[in-house]
Amino acid sequence: MAKRSFKSSALPTILTYLGLAIGLVFSTFPIVWMFFSSLKSNTEIFALPPRLLPDDFTVAAYLTIFNDPVKVRFFINSYFVAGVVTCLTLVVAIVTAYGFSRYQFRFKNTLNIFIISTQTVPPITLLIPYFGMVVAFRIFDTYLALILTYMVFTLPYAVLLMTGYLNTLPKELDEAVLVDGGSSWTALWRVIVPVSIPGIVATAVYTFLLAWNEFLFALTLTKSMNLRTVPIGIQLLMGQHAFEWNEMMAMSVLGSLPLLVLYLVAQRYFLAGMTAGSVKS
Amino acid sequence: MNHSATALVVAQSKARRKGWLRYSTLRKLVPYFYVSPASLLLVLLMLFPMVMVFRYSLMDGAIMKKDAAFAGVQNYMTIFENPVFWQSVVQTLYFTIMSVVFHFIIGLAFALLLNTNRVDPLIRSILRVLFILPWLFTAVIIAIIWRLLLDPNGVINSVLMALHIINFKVEWFSSTRTAIHALTFANIWAGYPLYMVSLLAGLQGISKELYEAAGIDGANEVQKFWYITIPQLMPIIISIALLDFIWTMQVFPLVWMTTGGGPIYSTEVLSTFTYKLAFSQYEFSLASASAMIILIISMSVTYFYIKHQQRR
Repeated sequence: MAKRSFKSSALPTILTYLGLAIGLVFSTFPIVWMFFSSLKSNTEIFALPPRLLPDDFTVAAYLTIFNDPVKVRFFINSYFVAGVVTCLTLVVAIVTAYGFSRYQFRFKNTLNIFIISTQTVPPITLLIPYFGMVVAFRIFDTYLALILTYMVFTLPYAVLLMTGYLNTLPKELDEAVLVDGGSSWTALWRVIVPVSIPGIVATAVYTFLLAWNEFLFALTLTKSMNLRTVPIGIQLLMGQHAFEWNEMMAMSVLGSLPLLVLYLVAQRYFLAGMTAGSVKS
Repeated sequence: MNHSATALVVAQSKARRKGWLRYSTLRKLVPYFYVSPASLLLVLLMLFPMVMVFRYSLMDGAIMKKDAAFAGVQNYMTIFENPVFWQSVVQTLYFTIMSVVFHFIIGLAFALLLNTNRVDPLIRSILRVLFILPWLFTAVIIAIIWRLLLDPNGVINSVLMALHIINFKVEWFSSTRTAIHALTFANIWAGYPLYMVSLLAGLQGISKELYEAAGIDGANEVQKFWYITIPQLMPIIISIALLDFIWTMQVFPLVWMTTGGGPIYSTEVLSTFTYKLAFSQYEFSLASASAMIILIISMSVTYFYIKHQQRR
């Protein structure tokens, strides 16, 4: 921090900008490097001395991916699984969050502790019994196996985020419906949900992010190529063509794109939702 | 009208319509109706599997054998006798503690930089969005970005050689001396934004009056930082650090995709050790015992986390 004697001078401001510049390089350089590598030819990627911008821009790596039905399928699978998980999680989380935020009941604290502690259960611990169960129930290598098991990670966050958001809404909102003789169920869907859109958007983005990024279960609970998701697709690509860096970078750019777009579009809601949910839960 | 009173009215009117349930009973059931879907799902997907993994850990040949026999604590003994397990414990601790410490330092530094009013508000809000970006990338992508950057012929080696910091091409991920550090560095890069977001929110919540009062008492900036900022942020720091400790301890994909635990176990962590037992060696009983050990460590830290959350 700045020393007091410099307070009136420009030095603290210069140091702050310098710190921010270093921070900017630290946080974004690897991402920028990934992006430009995806536009280089494979021979240019390790050119000496290294250059950030490609000498000749080429979208060849992207075209290879778009023209390969197997790779396109990775993306379809990821969008489908993350989309379904997000929808299901939102519905369940909204209903549960309403119960937590609007009612006092026995076991409320116990249940709350249970949901908080589910956030911290190691995926690897659950993986082994899930594998056993998924095989026993004959849903190994299906979308259902992924969708069901992902909910164990998305639900706790979604419930906590939504409860945090609903707690910020005045109770008079839904009480008006109750006074008019409506049920709390009507109040939830007619009044609370429409005014909770910012909280729902934040929760949806975070849920989608968790589901899109999941690796361990996608690796273990599916086997056939037409069920593999993007993270596994990239891993397989890496195993098979270890030297096609431009293609792997292009896959990475495409695999990060939905999250980047969602985040940039919804970042206002997202940051507000995250801080409301995590910091002051 | 307070909330329980309105709920009573609603329950009453519903009970009158139904007739067969007393309104007091119905009123008590309403909250359970709302919280049951998530609770049931989580019990089904969480408690039941935990009982199963515990059972597996006490058996001989779980999943693989149809009539797996009871083995008692034998699997745990086998794990404890394995030197690679203890090496994994040490490496997991190094990886986790370094990650948590540097996540905190970087997260706090960025939050402080973004919180000053010395910087143009527009630049501040743009940087706030950009500084969070590493957090959005999936572990597999983080792994291959850093494999590209830290390749022996990669840009980091070139820059370090140009600056005469190193004089030969370091094989960051494939040398037993550097792999764990390279891995930890990649994880540090990927994980600081959670601290940054939370601490920034915390900084904005600190009352300006505290600083003004300290200023009147003659405190300088450093004293204000140590005696106001840090104590005010402490609850957030403890929460996030405990969560981060638990999560980092369990990290799997980043390790799997950069080094796979190698070279010669030098980056083996508890999660890769367990995964290999299960899905490379098909020793599901041993893997379950190992997974139970990870669970017990996680749950003991979770205990402190929940204690801390409830005190706030």
